[in-house]
Amino acid sequence: MATAVSIAAEREHYLNKEYGIRSWLLTTDHKRIALLYLASITFFFFIGGFFALLIRLELLTPAGDLVQADTYNKLFTMHGVIMVFFFLIPAVPAVLGNFLVPLMIGARDLAFPKINLLSWYCYIAGGILVLHAMLTGGLDTGWTFYTPFSTAFSNTAVVEAGLGVFINGFSSILTGLNFIVTIHRMRAPGLTWSRLPLFLWSHYATSVIMLLGTPVIAITLVLVVLERAFHLGIFDPTRGGDPLLFQHLFWFYSHPAVYIMILPSMGVVSEIVTCFSRKRVFGYYFVAMASIGIAVIGFFVWAHHMFVAGMSLYAALIFSILSYLVAVPSAIKVFNWTATLYKGSVSFSTPMLYAFGFIGLFTMGGLTGLFLAALGIDVHVTDTYFVVAHFHYIMVGGTVMGYLGGMHYWWPKISGRLYPESWGRLAALIVFLGFNLTFFPQFILGYLGMPRRYWQYPPEFQVLNVLSTAGSTILAVGYLLPMVYFLWSMRYGKLADDNPWNAAGLEWKTTSPPPTFNFEETPVVTWEAYNYNELPALEEVRVER
Amino acid sequence: MSDSPAPLALEHTPGLQHHFADMEQQRNASSLGMWIFLGTEIMFFGGMFLAYLVYRMWYFNEFAAGSRTLNLPIGAVNTAVLICSSLTVALSVRAAQLGKRMLLVTLLVLTILFGLVFLGVKAYEWNEKFTEHHVPGYSFHFKQESTEKPVDQGRAQIFFSLYFAMTGMHALHMIIGVGIFGVITWMAWRGRFTPEYHTPVEIAGLYWHFVDIVWIYLFPLLYLIDRRPHG
Ligand SMILES: [Cu+2]
Repeated sequence: MATAVSIAAEREHYLNKEYGIRSWLLTTDHKRIALLYLASITFFFFIGGFFALLIRLELLTPAGDLVQADTYNKLFTMHGVIMVFFFLIPAVPAVLGNFLVPLMIGARDLAFPKINLLSWYCYIAGGILVLHAMLTGGLDTGWTFYTPFSTAFSNTAVVEAGLGVFINGFSSILTGLNFIVTIHRMRAPGLTWSRLPLFLWSHYATSVIMLLGTPVIAITLVLVVLERAFHLGIFDPTRGGDPLLFQHLFWFYSHPAVYIMILPSMGVVSEIVTCFSRKRVFGYYFVAMASIGIAVIGFFVWAHHMFVAGMSLYAALIFSILSYLVAVPSAIKVFNWTATLYKGSVSFSTPMLYAFGFIGLFTMGGLTGLFLAALGIDVHVTDTYFVVAHFHYIMVGGTVMGYLGGMHYWWPKISGRLYPESWGRLAALIVFLGFNLTFFPQFILGYLGMPRRYWQYPPEFQVLNVLSTAGSTILAVGYLLPMVYFLWSMRYGKLADDNPWNAAGLEWKTTSPPPTFNFEETPVVTWEAYNYNELPALEEVRVER
Repeated sequence: MSDSPAPLALEHTPGLQHHFADMEQQRNASSLGMWIFLGTEIMFFGGMFLAYLVYRMWYFNEFAAGSRTLNLPIGAVNTAVLICSSLTVALSVRAAQLGKRMLLVTLLVLTILFGLVFLGVKAYEWNEKFTEHHVPGYSFHFKQESTEKPVDQGRAQIFFSLYFAMTGMHALHMIIGVGIFGVITWMAWRGRFTPEYHTPVEIAGLYWHFVDIVWIYLFPLLYLIDRRPHG
């Protein structure tokens, strides 16, 4: 064992094959590109988080004292734009997906490695434009860019920010394109569709949404930019244009975008839950098909964001019913994960704690989503903190929990090192507590009638707002911790062996970290996914060492 | 699909990238990739086609009046030019399959020329719109013929907004296409394509045909809304 590890330290792998900035910026290795994404989305995550903390600080007191209304508008806009487009959407697919899709299917790389690198450059170019817009004039339209405010009235850098998000969209499209072609064409011999890990099913479904949804927001933003820059009038009500058309086009992408954020995390949770309960995932086909179901139905629910914007009652009814329907595949997943735990030998390692966090928080976010899909209740809580709490439970409670769980689960594979397990568990606990303290009070605030996007509020809302702000600082600590000990472990962490969790899946069959072309020999798959009944048990000791 | 075990250390076929098992896998991946990309392009143009559909139903009068001011003969000629370019693209793929290098280069150059003629004519048409004050914005003015039903200036601007957005996006795709074909021509000139390896010609051809088809829809939707004599 000890000798195996020490050999691994000197072995050539994707991290030590080449050094220097060029070897990173011009790399076409999917694993290195994943790390480029990891560094850049972490950067944007902390910028977006910084804005979030400023927002919470302003809302500590009822009066608008820390910032003025205009500044506050810019704060929540930049928080939203950065977190949605530059963190949540790329987080799991571009980092974990990029790293794992070829490994999980036994391929040497994604189908189009250069296009993969191009996608990162699109991300960076879009990010630079948005950051520049942020520093020169900011953006105050909300992340939703609603017209005619964005096209005719806002005095901020809408054109530049819009272009930034547009260019960043190509990074999504190119990633999705690469995943679909890779999963179709590059699977190892014997790896049939029914043997695919659920992580791949969920990334396949995500890619479909990226490919069909992103171009729509792209053209919508182009039209907004053209309207602002060259006075085209497509969304301009003074010339007969219809702002509602903008909203339809915007939400046609932006509702499915929620599934771009959540589906990959669901895939992560499927991998973790089955590994740490040492059981084949319950109802494999149902979980796989639920991903596809979510992707398909998810395209037909967008107008639930517009129930109060003006729409025929019958249209609203249909969109309401469809929104209920899309909850079914999500519920199937939650039930199947729970059933997987049943009679499994469950261990509470860090990734599993995040997976539990995901299941609980996602369930709350999903159930409150049904409140919003109900026409009557939606009218009461539209544009209140109830909505804010709901989508943060999905996006932060769901997506980020899954992302962090996955980062811990695959960290030994990515870095070749183990993170400190007890710190990991502590951080998971802090994130969970901090998250709930931040966002649960917002459900109550919203239900009591506190509107979103205001920089001041009536004094009777203060207690709950103070709780929320307190929670956000705890959450910030919880997010900083993993970054610190991941960085620490890259140098001082114990060396990981090839399969520290005794997990199923091809990614664990190669060395940690993998060689540049992933496998010494193309693997041949003769087993079903998650054959944990054939694998040895995972002793707690191994995890604790 | 990769059903046969892939040998890792294989002698290097020219044009085969390291991460593919064989030429067939590489070819299949590339063409699937292009088809999927064209799917995203349909969604991209789809946003504008949706806007067109909505406003054309609401403001048919203005759309018909605006459409009548477009230069029909020139638009028709341009359509023909584009169809010719699709023919040369189809023939160039055949030439690549047969390994006829000079024929391939000639056909590719012809394609580029057709593309440039199309763009030149388009520029001429756009310029006409500028002189006629049909460009949306402060100087927009739609002079209506006395026989027409009254035309709303704002709604007419929406027609021209869509005209410029749609033909502009199409022209942008044409420019990118000409650029791609420039590279392909250069590769063909250098003798990079063989009957075994000419995937780039094929997938660039797919793209070109797609951009052509978009125009085949744009032409009647913009130029031929209502050309009947009115009064
Ligand atoms: Cu939605």
